[in-house]
Amino acid sequence: MNGHAITPIAATQPAPPGHETVNLPVSARSLASNLLGFFDWFGNLGLFTWKVLRAAVTPPYEWRELIRQLDEVGSQSLPLVALAGGAVGAVLSMEIRSSMVRFGATSVPPSAVIYSVIQEMGPTITGLVVSGRVGAGIGAQLASMKVTEQIDAIEASAINPYRLLASTRILACILMLPLLTVAADACGVLMGWVAQTLVQPISFQQFIGSGFSGSTLHDFLPPTFKTAVFGLIIGLIACFQGMRTRGGAEGVGRSATSSVVLASLFVILADVVLVKFILVVFQ
Amino acid sequence: MATVNDIPMTLEETKEPPNAPVIAVKELHKSFDGRVVLNGITLTVDRGETLAVLGRSGTGKSVLLRLIIGLEIPDAGLICVNGSNIAGLSIDRMSEIRKRMGFLFQQSALYDSLTVGENVAFPLEHHRSDLSTSERGDRVRQLLAEVGLEDASRKMPSDISGGMQKRVGLARALALEPEILLLDEPTAGLDPISSGEIDDLVLKLQRERQMASIVVTHDLHSARTIANRLALLDKGDVVIEGRFEDLEQSEIGFVKEFLKQS
Repeated sequence: MNGHAITPIAATQPAPPGHETVNLPVSARSLASNLLGFFDWFGNLGLFTWKVLRAAVTPPYEWRELIRQLDEVGSQSLPLVALAGGAVGAVLSMEIRSSMVRFGATSVPPSAVIYSVIQEMGPTITGLVVSGRVGAGIGAQLASMKVTEQIDAIEASAINPYRLLASTRILACILMLPLLTVAADACGVLMGWVAQTLVQPISFQQFIGSGFSGSTLHDFLPPTFKTAVFGLIIGLIACFQGMRTRGGAEGVGRSATSSVVLASLFVILADVVLVKFILVVFQ
Repeated sequence: MATVNDIPMTLEETKEPPNAPVIAVKELHKSFDGRVVLNGITLTVDRGETLAVLGRSGTGKSVLLRLIIGLEIPDAGLICVNGSNIAGLSIDRMSEIRKRMGFLFQQSALYDSLTVGENVAFPLEHHRSDLSTSERGDRVRQLLAEVGLEDASRKMPSDISGGMQKRVGLARALALEPEILLLDEPTAGLDPISSGEIDDLVLKLQRERQMASIVVTHDLHSARTIANRLALLDKGDVVIEGRFEDLEQSEIGFVKEFLKQS
């Protein structure tokens, strides 16, 4: 080598007529690639959803696996959800009291705490906690099974993996999220009362009686059952990300992370739509 | 022996001919991201026959097995099992065909959250609901005994050696008493003694069960021991197909080079 740069022959010759390439700026190419990736992801998610739906409604049904997943998603998440719900109830009680005292109020109406917990904070916190625990768990487990060919082995054994692995996990998330939300709400209300009674003693009966007076089931059921949609989002995204994993241990890590991030993001976005829907339909 | 001409060429012709080979692939094409892996290969396997598929890494040997069991979809060509084309069937229709096939994966692909016994019982639990729990247990013990692992039933896959994992994978593949056995690198990564044991096991199973088998391998010694016929692949095509003696007598440069290096 004498220090001259080697110029590829192709670069020195003009393209033949009709074969000219359009040179897009790097940013435009990157944007186009990202857009393509975005639509590709949604398209594949749609196909995956269809396969899972079709597998879920046709026999044979995987009852044993469903029960195992109900335990995994429900019982195993209960302590974490209860703790998070309790903490949120206590924090809300303290914050509301602090704000109201600043504006001259002498006591905090229990309904402020109860409504805040049950209508918004309980469901959202439950959705996010389950996104973290269950989303990561499902994403990592299915990703690991995918890269070690265990999912292929299930299929080779004439068992539909969409039925055995995906539909059972998604259904367990849909069924368990509302129940976990009730637990989070109960702990939130209890801890809200504890936080308030430490500052200004009030009996639990009085707190509950005052907090729920004048309320109807419409105030509490829709926010609780909206978490079934959160369950669908968490289960669907975690199963989808897990079952499309490529690339060994690094791929497993990527799938676990993306399961949590995307599930949390879509839970928050879905909450915006669902809150508006509930306000329009039920009030 | 049935020939490739016995294979129907269109879906409409896929009525089971009386002398159809158990497995037949015709003009099979498969590419990944524009890279041609299989370029129109044609092969047949009869009942009780073992075909060894040899070739360099990346020549599409494992892809061929994955296509036959429906884990990949071919770009073009036919895959016939007992004369019926199965290429592109839906997952549920394919499941019915898969019940007649056993597949041993290269890395065994055992379910790591289940014990050895549960791994072998897995296909039985899903497809043999007519068996009672104790009958299933007996069947699992019998299968594990057949592969020489009757004492490993309660062990986890991570607690046993690679050779033992292959045997468990083989026992699982045999659980539904398949008429077709597909083995992907059954001796890869094993020491010579374990490889010999796997070869002996495959030979014993062939004698007893008369399955149609395809063995993908790099191991020429193993292929020579267990196969009736060998097919050598290169660049997505079958370079030569025949008995080991046919390969030895071949004047094709690639065949000579392959035998010399093996």
